[in-house]
Amino acid sequence: MNDPDNINVSRRALLAGAALAGVVGTVLASAPATAEDAGVVTGPPPDLANLPRRKVTLVDPPFVHEHEQATDRGPEVVEFRLVIEEKEMVIDEYGTTVHAMTFNGTVPGPLMVVHEGDYVELTLVNPDTNLMQHNIDFHASTGALGGGGLTLINPGEQVKLRWKATRPGVYVYHCAPGGPMIPWHVVSGMNGAIMVMPRKGLSDGNGKPLKYDRIYYVGEQDFYIPRDEMGNFKVYESIGDGYDDMLRVMKTLTPTHVVFNGAVGALTGEGAMQAKVGETVLFVHSQANRDTRPHIIGGHGDYVWATGKFHNRPEVDLETWFIPGGAAGAAMYTFLQPGIYAYVNHNLIEAVELGATAHIMVEGEWDDDLMTQVEAPAPIV
Amino acid sequence: MTAQHVRLVTGLLVPASLLLGLAGLVLMQLGIVEFRAPARAVTAPATTIVASRPFTYRASGDYLRNGHPEDAPLVEVAAPQPLEIMTFEVGTADYGRCVADGACRPAETRLQDGADLPVTGISFHDANDYAAWLSRATNSTWRLPTIEEWLFAAGSQAVDPALDSPTDAGNPAERWLAQYEKEMVLGDDAFATPEPLGSFGANEFGISDMTGPVWEWTSTCATRTVLDTEGNVLSHIDSCGVRHLEGRHRAAMNFFVRDARGGGCAVGAPPDNIGFRLIREPAWHEALFRSAFGRR
Repeated sequence: MNDPDNINVSRRALLAGAALAGVVGTVLASAPATAEDAGVVTGPPPDLANLPRRKVTLVDPPFVHEHEQATDRGPEVVEFRLVIEEKEMVIDEYGTTVHAMTFNGTVPGPLMVVHEGDYVELTLVNPDTNLMQHNIDFHASTGALGGGGLTLINPGEQVKLRWKATRPGVYVYHCAPGGPMIPWHVVSGMNGAIMVMPRKGLSDGNGKPLKYDRIYYVGEQDFYIPRDEMGNFKVYESIGDGYDDMLRVMKTLTPTHVVFNGAVGALTGEGAMQAKVGETVLFVHSQANRDTRPHIIGGHGDYVWATGKFHNRPEVDLETWFIPGGAAGAAMYTFLQPGIYAYVNHNLIEAVELGATAHIMVEGEWDDDLMTQVEAPAPIV
Repeated sequence: MTAQHVRLVTGLLVPASLLLGLAGLVLMQLGIVEFRAPARAVTAPATTIVASRPFTYRASGDYLRNGHPEDAPLVEVAAPQPLEIMTFEVGTADYGRCVADGACRPAETRLQDGADLPVTGISFHDANDYAAWLSRATNSTWRLPTIEEWLFAAGSQAVDPALDSPTDAGNPAERWLAQYEKEMVLGDDAFATPEPLGSFGANEFGISDMTGPVWEWTSTCATRTVLDTEGNVLSHIDSCGVRHLEGRHRAAMNFFVRDARGGGCAVGAPPDNIGFRLIREPAWHEALFRSAFGRR
């Protein structure tokens, strides 16, 4: 891994990716005539002088910053600040590491919440302790490659982007700095989600409002860690060193890890989610790169927006819901029995062997009517 | 040579060789003549002798009373036999010699670049194959400990799996939550990666690594015992396709499993790694000696 050729190759590849990203940026910047096609905001800026502003402090997943579900307030400018952090992270119980690229230091990045009609005003910061160019592509936004074309920044720079949240739902955001850098940054952890709430809150699509008592944000991440000749996961000194090896693993489309919240077991044991019988929980689940199929072992999805967009009527009574790669979904469930629930990607090989398992500890009274052990295990008669 | 000659010769040879063999065995067992394995010299692993003492342990297996799970009873052993057990878990180098002799399958050890690591990625069969090979190679009897023997050797490092949670007939979830929280506490905050032999210290008898991230096979089968309200045994079933592992917490594992990964339907905490250590059965004269003097 200290082979100088390898490092050179890595650097070339990094530069190639940066160059591609540069091209994209140039096209957008030098094409004012077709700016509307490219999605660049044109025309008079929105009259924001009279809109209230609100600054949100983000919290680490699986938790979500305080927010209203339904709101009587009018549209606001909601200010967020995301600091990009390249750092080595441990992704399993055996100490396997990845040189992660993160929004705010977590995989996934934090869940942001706004309401339909609000303006998201994001300050994206790329400290000079980082080595790479980064940007952000919000699937919920319109134009400029989701903002990616206007946010590409070098280490030591920051940029401010404003976009209008016009479509309610849960949406992925991710880094997309061009060419092969795009998937590499995404599978190195650089993705998260934003939730745009309908101003009146969630509904079942038949006029019945839906409220949740708790919300958890589960970000699913596929990792592609190279192995050495003996089959052990490799460790690289710096972020660029492993690039070529990782790209080879990525192209097999076979992840070595599929995890929730950045590491195997991050949402089990001490990190397990909590709820009580009778509480309604909204699970927001994002996967920026690869298909997934969440399932609550022993529970259901009472109301599910599998593709995550709240103007669609939610499906009810689901056992498992399919979230395509590059999307976020939301599932609402009211717990009816106490116990330990497993929240899994119901490709059970990914759940058990690759890490896509979370646990929910639920306290409360047992409902014998829903289930009872009529006869305890005993010899066959 | 005619058939008659053959009969005559064998007629003399058989009793003669039997006598010689018997004499040889006696000499070997008394340690006067040292036996050497023909293929390669194998040094018997370091062992520790645990002297007899009265001790109490939590019985293995699942117990149901009046249809509801409860903690297994405590078993009191007044005068257990002294026990000779490997001071360390079987290491990758030791196990590798069995593999080289063609008597063991290669282990699926997670890290392969340290010779003094405990061998992991071991099934119940692998452990028994190794015991059979080591017994041949050292002319002794080595075998897996029972859960009682393992706990006897673990001493103060034995972990009591009792939940001390009232059997709430109305709410089975209470024991599930208690179990989860217990295993959460018993689970490590360190990595699950095996460390070199001896890294986790010795217990009061000098036995190493009983609290490390390697769980150890025992020969004890999974069981279910059904009791009536008064505690009388209504039924007892052995399920020997599943054996108990001991370590940071007690686990039950299918005999063929070499690696117990986390998550999934099994919401409990699985063993990080699976390895083993063996006990040595005393030869008849050693047994006499030990019971006469308490120690060798």
